[in-house]
Amino acid sequence: MTTPDADRGARHPGAPGRPPTPRPPGAPPALEVSGLAFAYPDGHPALHGVDLRVEAGERVALLGPNGAGKTTLVLHLNGILRAGAGRVTVAGLPVQREHLREIRRRVGVVFQDPDDQLFMPTVGDDVAFGPANFGVAGDALRDRVRDALAAVDMAGFADRSPLHLSGGQRRRVALATVLACRPEILVLDEPSSNLDPVARRELAEVLLRLDVSVLMVTHDLPYALQLCPRAVILDDGVVVADGPTRELLADPGLLARHRLELPFGFTPG
Amino acid sequence: MGAGHAHPLHRPGTSPVHRLPAEVKVVAAVLGAVGVVATPREAFGVFAGHLLVLAAIWAIARIPPGWILRRAVIELPFVVLAVLLPITGPGPRVDVWGVALSEPGLLGAWNIVVKGTLGVLISLTLAATTPLRALLIGLQRLRVPALVVTIATLMLRYADLILAEAARMRRARLARGHDPRFLWQVGATARGVGTLFVRTYERGERVHLAMLSRGFTGALPGAADAVPTRREWLAGLAPAAVALALPVLAVLGRSGAAG
Repeated sequence: MTTPDADRGARHPGAPGRPPTPRPPGAPPALEVSGLAFAYPDGHPALHGVDLRVEAGERVALLGPNGAGKTTLVLHLNGILRAGAGRVTVAGLPVQREHLREIRRRVGVVFQDPDDQLFMPTVGDDVAFGPANFGVAGDALRDRVRDALAAVDMAGFADRSPLHLSGGQRRRVALATVLACRPEILVLDEPSSNLDPVARRELAEVLLRLDVSVLMVTHDLPYALQLCPRAVILDDGVVVADGPTRELLADPGLLARHRLELPFGFTPG
Repeated sequence: MGAGHAHPLHRPGTSPVHRLPAEVKVVAAVLGAVGVVATPREAFGVFAGHLLVLAAIWAIARIPPGWILRRAVIELPFVVLAVLLPITGPGPRVDVWGVALSEPGLLGAWNIVVKGTLGVLISLTLAATTPLRALLIGLQRLRVPALVVTIATLMLRYADLILAEAARMRRARLARGHDPRFLWQVGATARGVGTLFVRTYERGERVHLAMLSRGFTGALPGAADAVPTRREWLAGLAPAAVALALPVLAVLGRSGAAG
């Protein structure tokens, strides 16, 4: 596998991404999924042995058609769903009942609809919710809230109600609520959905600045290309392709087989 | 605390009443309401005393009485019910402008109207001087069960969202020629309510998943640790003490007169 940094540098010379902090050699991968299988209680199978490894600092896009099992996979990463078979480890820690609290701190899931994520009366309260659950309090908690809002360019919005923010602002605040937990890996579910082009670009700029491993679930193939040097295609509960995003997107046959399609006029050149 | 700026019952300010910790005001409002309810219905002067206490609080909080009264119209449907009592009530009749009305009915109606109105005025005073978010923190500090505070917090956040969703669904129906004024089209509105319920329920599930993902274990993180001072308790509870003393004095005075 190519190292993400070399790949990003070579293919996106103009990308404003900050090079990730070098990880010590031999550090455990940010995420390791092996042989993960799951069927819903009604017997409907969703995952049939998924294998996926995300190195520390790497940004990976998870592509796939509707119903491929992407969301089901995401809910396994922080132990909301329990695997029928196989195992998931996050920075070396297996997802098991006794570690759930630490797992949920390590895996920051940003859900698709920010209105599902932002439930407190003010932005500041919402960003404080996660770290407070993980035992951060007092000045440290205030620092977390301030830093997380600054990281998404939303400093100064702490006292506002999420109701009065634009879609793009809400999406970035939802990201801040997870960043405040200082996760090992950021899991983004369709981060660009319902965003206008400017908000979409602003979010990309924020994401490229972050020094954190990312797994981005998306249908937005150009966005995957812009943000993630590597991509994985999940279809019918299995990983069917894994490689540099540009190469996967340049294979029209592969995309067509898995109900993926580039927007009209877009060529990954 | 900018959360309250959207809701029409709050009047932001910096008066001593506004600055009192929310839990002090909640306790004062509850005790004040108890004082009002405990007042015998014939003790007309005592009700005037309650109103004076409220007027004094409005003056300190710089709330124009008209501002409060406009919001008190929420009470009107209950007043309409009370008006029926003198007409339908039993017992001895008195003539009021030539209409024979039931005397216990009249007193009963007065009892409902005056106590209801004072209760509404007390609640409005609390709402006007306390942002919703501070109110929730106050409830938490008063050891109200975590589940209740969590539900209130979620209601505060999602009521507007659900209303907006209902408005969007209504617009979408109207755009397709729906006109619920015709009786035979009411069914679509009813189905809309059903759909809204299901959508709200699903959103509840998703919100819960998102909360679990950030380490939620059943209670919202504790409120900040500032505790009201003794002076704040004394200042805040003074009007409530008056409201409680008034009915006691009224009862004592009456039994003294009788004896």
